[in-house]
Amino acid sequence: MTLFNKSAKELQSLIHKKELSAAELTAESFRRIGAVDGDVKAFLALDEERASARAKELDNTPMEDRGPLHGLPIGVKDNIVTEGLETTCASRMLGGFDPIYNATAATKLDQAGLVTVGKLNMDEFAMGGSTENSFYKKTANPWNLDYVPGGSSGGSAAAVAAGEVPFSLGSDTGGSIRQPAAYCGVVGMKPTYGRVSRYGLVAFASSLDQIGPVTRTVEDNAFLLSAVSGHDPYDSTSFGVDVPDFASALTGDVKGLKIGIASEYLGEGVGDASKNAVREAARVLESLGAEVSEVSLPNTKYALPAYYLLSSSEASSNLARFDGIRYGFRADDVRTLEDLYKKTRSEGFGDEVKTRIMLGTFALSSGFYDAYYKKAQKVRTLVQGDFMNAFEDYDVIIGPTTPTPAFKLGTQVDDPLTMYANDILTIPVNLAGVPAISVPCGFTEGLPLGLQIIGRHFDESTVYRVAHAFEQATDHHKVMPEIREVQA
Amino acid sequence: MTNFETIIGLEVHVELKTDSKIFSPAPAHFGAGPNTNTHVIDLGYPGVLPVLNKRAVEFGMKAAMALNCQINQETKFDRKNYFYPDNPKAYQISQFDKPIGEHGWIEIEVEGKKKRIGITRLHLEEDAGKLNHTDQGYSLVDYNRQGTPLIEIVSEPDIRTPEEAYAYLEKLKSIIQYTGVSDVKMEEGSLRCDANISLRPYGQEKFGTKAELKNLNSFNFVRRGLEHEQKRQAEVLLSGGIIEQETRRFDESTGKTVLMRVKEGSDDYRYFPEPDLTDLSIDDEWMERVRAEIPELPDARKERYVNDLGLPAYDAMVLTLTKDMSDFFDATVGAGADAKLASNWLMGEVSAYLNTNQKELGETGLTPENLAAMIKLIEEGTISSKIAKKVFKELADNGGNPEQIVKEKGLVQISDEGALLKIVTEILDNNEQSIEDFKAGKDRAIGFLVGQVMKATKGQANPPLVNKLINEEIRKR
Amino acid sequence: MADITKDQVKHVANLARLAITDEEADYYADKLGAIIEFAEQLNEVDTEGVAPTTHPVPLINVLREDKPVPGLDRDLMMKNVPEHEDGMVKVPSILD
Repeated sequence: MTLFNKSAKELQSLIHKKELSAAELTAESFRRIGAVDGDVKAFLALDEERASARAKELDNTPMEDRGPLHGLPIGVKDNIVTEGLETTCASRMLGGFDPIYNATAATKLDQAGLVTVGKLNMDEFAMGGSTENSFYKKTANPWNLDYVPGGSSGGSAAAVAAGEVPFSLGSDTGGSIRQPAAYCGVVGMKPTYGRVSRYGLVAFASSLDQIGPVTRTVEDNAFLLSAVSGHDPYDSTSFGVDVPDFASALTGDVKGLKIGIASEYLGEGVGDASKNAVREAARVLESLGAEVSEVSLPNTKYALPAYYLLSSSEASSNLARFDGIRYGFRADDVRTLEDLYKKTRSEGFGDEVKTRIMLGTFALSSGFYDAYYKKAQKVRTLVQGDFMNAFEDYDVIIGPTTPTPAFKLGTQVDDPLTMYANDILTIPVNLAGVPAISVPCGFTEGLPLGLQIIGRHFDESTVYRVAHAFEQATDHHKVMPEIREVQA
Repeated sequence: MTNFETIIGLEVHVELKTDSKIFSPAPAHFGAGPNTNTHVIDLGYPGVLPVLNKRAVEFGMKAAMALNCQINQETKFDRKNYFYPDNPKAYQISQFDKPIGEHGWIEIEVEGKKKRIGITRLHLEEDAGKLNHTDQGYSLVDYNRQGTPLIEIVSEPDIRTPEEAYAYLEKLKSIIQYTGVSDVKMEEGSLRCDANISLRPYGQEKFGTKAELKNLNSFNFVRRGLEHEQKRQAEVLLSGGIIEQETRRFDESTGKTVLMRVKEGSDDYRYFPEPDLTDLSIDDEWMERVRAEIPELPDARKERYVNDLGLPAYDAMVLTLTKDMSDFFDATVGAGADAKLASNWLMGEVSAYLNTNQKELGETGLTPENLAAMIKLIEEGTISSKIAKKVFKELADNGGNPEQIVKEKGLVQISDEGALLKIVTEILDNNEQSIEDFKAGKDRAIGFLVGQVMKATKGQANPPLVNKLINEEIRKR
Repeated sequence: MADITKDQVKHVANLARLAITDEEADYYADKLGAIIEFAEQLNEVDTEGVAPTTHPVPLINVLREDKPVPGLDRDLMMKNVPEHEDGMVKVPSILD
C-alpha cells in the first residue's frame, strides 16, 4: 500500500479503522524522507527516535483520549520553536540552538495527536522567496528539481508536495506560505492575523507574521487550522474569538456568493499563464453558481514598498536580540563587548538578513522615521482600506497567488527587486491582516500555479468553502510530482 | 555663585511592587539568587512575546494621579532600541510619545517657602538586568531584575537649588510610598535618580549646556553631587570656559563629580510602536476605580491633623513622614484615643522603641486598639504615666490587652485614700528630718517624701493624691 | 537613484552592530540604495489625514492578571548560554 499520496483525511480513516498504526505511518514517513529528501532537501532536522516513540505511545492511547488528528506525521517550519528539537531558522546564528520551551502552535500539534517528524528548511529568518537564503541547504521544487520551491516556507511546501509528510506548518509574513504552496502545487493558508498564536514563532515582522497550514487538500488544511487556532494568553495579539470547525464549512455550495477578481492582480508584471489560470478558475466558480466580477484594489502597487519598509523595520528590532550572549552562535576571539556584538552578528547572519536589518534600521533612524516608516504605516492604512471597501460588496476576492510559476534555482538571488516582485500579489493581504489561501489551479511548462482566495477578517470559513468547491470541481490536486525514490 | 542661576531637572525611576513582572509571569521580588527569577520572556528567547501586567498599569496610573498628572486615556507602548548586555532583547519596552501621565506637579517647602515643581511626564517601562563588573576583563549578568515594572518620572527644569532637589525627592518618595505602589527604597534600587544641571546668567532665558549626573545613591548624594557640580560649572564659566554636554558620576568618597563620557549628539533609539502589545484605552470608569484606591496623601493628612485634630504643625509633619505611622495614628484616634496623647506616644516612646529595636510598626505587638486602650487607662487614672511605660513595653514586646496586663501584673494605681494614708503616716514617722526641713521652709522636702511613698508602693500610688495627703499630714505635725 | 551614502551605511551598520568592511559598505550602499529608491514611490501617495496602522486587526487592553509562576530552573536557563560563571551570564567588558 502506498501511503505518501494519500491525504491526511484518508490516512486518519485508516488509523481509525485500525488498518494502519501511527507507528507504521511514522515509519513510512521516515522511509519516504530517506528515499526522496536527498533530492528535495526539505528537512533540516529529523528526530526519528523521538517521533517513533511518540507514535507508539499514541497507538496505545485509548480511543476516547485521542486528539482530532491522532497519529498523523507532520513537519514544522524551522522558525517555530520546538522544545528539545533543534530550531535554527535556517541561520548560522541559531546553529545547535536547543529550545527550552515550546511554541503554542507546537503544543497544539501535540494536543491534536500529531507526530512531529522534523524541522523544515526555509529562507534564513523567513526572509526570502526561494529558500535559497537558507544557511544550510537549498530545497528543490519536487515538480522540477532545478527549480526553487518558493519561500520562505519552501521546505514546508516541498515536503508536502513530495509526499514526505501529509501536511506541515509554515509561516507567512508577505506570502511565505501561499507563494511556495503555489510553486509546489499544494494548499497553503495564511490565516487572519491573530487567529493562530505567534508565541514561539521566531519573529520576523511582528505585525505581519502568521503561522498557517500547508496540505495536499483543502479539507486537510481546514482540519489542521482548527487544531492550531485559538486565543493564547501568551500572545496579546491573538484573538479571543471562537474557533469554528472549519471543515464544516466545506459544503461545496458557492451559489450566490459574490466573488471579486482583483483587476490590479491581472495587470502589469503578471504573466499570461497566471492570468489565464485565474480567469479559467473564475469560469469554474461561475459554473458552480458564484457571481464573479472585477473589483479594484487601487493601492496594490504601493503595498510592496510599504511592506519592505515595515517588515524590515520590525525585523531590525526583532533580530537585535541575536548577540551571542544567551543562546546561539557566538563568534570566536572576541575581546570587547563591541567585538562580541559585531563579529557575532556579522558572521551569524547571511547577506539578505543583514540587508533588511540595515534597511529597517535606516527607516527607523532619526531624521528618516517620518519619511519612511511612518509613511509606510499610512500607506498600510490605505491598502487595508482597499480590502474593507471591496468586502462591502464581495464575499471573497480572487487573483493569482504569484505572477509566474517557480523560477530556476540561482536565477534571482542576486536581484532583490526582482525577487521581491514575486510577492506583489500576496503582500497586500498581510498588510491588511486578512486571511488568504492558495490552491492549485493549473500548470504551465510542467510547473504548478496557484489561485489565491482572500476573505474578510476571521472569515476563513468562506475562503475554505470557495477553495474546496473549486478544488472538487477540478483535478489539479490529484496530480502528484513524480520523484525518483533512492534506496536509503 | 551669585552670577548664575542654577537649573535642575530630575529623572526618577521607581520600581513597582507587583508580584510578577510587567511583561512576563516571572516573580518580581528583590533579593533572590542570581538568575532564579527569570522566564524565557525575560531572557529574550527567540519567539517570546510580552503580555502586559494589569496591576503594573494600575500602579502607574495611581502614581501619576497622586502626582497630579493628567492621564493619557489613549496610550501605548514603544520599543526603545539599544544594545547592552543587561537589555536582552536589545530593545526596552517603554512609552515614547504617549506616556501614561503628563503635566503633573508636586509642592515642596524649603526654608518655609512653598513652591510647585512641575512633572513633565510619567511613563511605564521595563527594568533591565543587573551587570556586575569584575576586574578581569569581563562582566556577569543577572537577569532577575529584567522586566520588573518601572515608572520613570521626569521633572520640569523648575528646580533652582540642591536643597529644592532634596525636598522634591523627599516629597516624591513620600507620595509614592503613600500610594503603596513601591517600596521606594534607594538602598534596594527601587528608587533611582539621575539629575540634569546647568547654569545660566541671571536674566538669560536660554538654558545653559547641561551635565547629567549619575550614581547618586542617596538623596544626600544627590544634594552633594549637585552642590559640587554647581560649583564646578560656575568655576568653568567664570574662568571663560564652556560646559560640555556630558555624563558625570558622583564619587562618594571625594564628594566630587567625575566625567564618565562626553555626549556626541543625541542617541538614536529608533523608537517605534510595540507591535506585540495592543493599545491601551483607559475609560473614565477604570480611571475612577483606580483613583478611589489612592489613600489620603501626606499633605491632606497634615492639614487635617492641624485643623481638625488640633495638633501642632510639627506633630503633623512627624506623624506623616511614613504612611505606616500616619495610618497607625489615625486608627489609634479612631479607637478612641485623645489625638495629642496618641501623637505624644507615637512620636516619643513608640518611635524610640522602633529605633532601639530596629523594627517596623507591624513587627511589634502594638495595635491601634491596644495603644488607645492604654491611653484611656492613663486618662482615667487607672495607671500612672510611669506605669504606662511598663505596660507599653509589654504591649510592644508581646502584644495583648492593656487592662489585662495591668490586672495580672498588679499595676493598678492606688487611689484608695485610707490605704495611702497608712503608708504616708508610716513614711512621715520614719523621716523626722524631712518634716523639720519642711517647717524650716525647704519645700523640696515634700518631693523627697512623695518619692518615698512612690517607692514603697512600687510606683503605683496616685501621685496627686499622695501630694495632697502629705501636705495635709505634715501640717498636722 | 535614492541616496544612501557609504557613511550612512556605516552609521546604520554601527547602530545595528554589524561589522562592515569598506567594500561591503559600497555593496550595501548600492543594494540599499536601489531598495530605498523603489520605496520612494510611496511619495506619490497622498496620505494627508491618513492615520498610521500599527496593528492589522485592532485590539485594545489585552492585559494579564498579576499572577507569578516560579522562575526558570537555573540549569535549564543556562542550557544555551555560551559562557557563564557563578550563576551569571558572562560577557566581555565594555571597554578594552
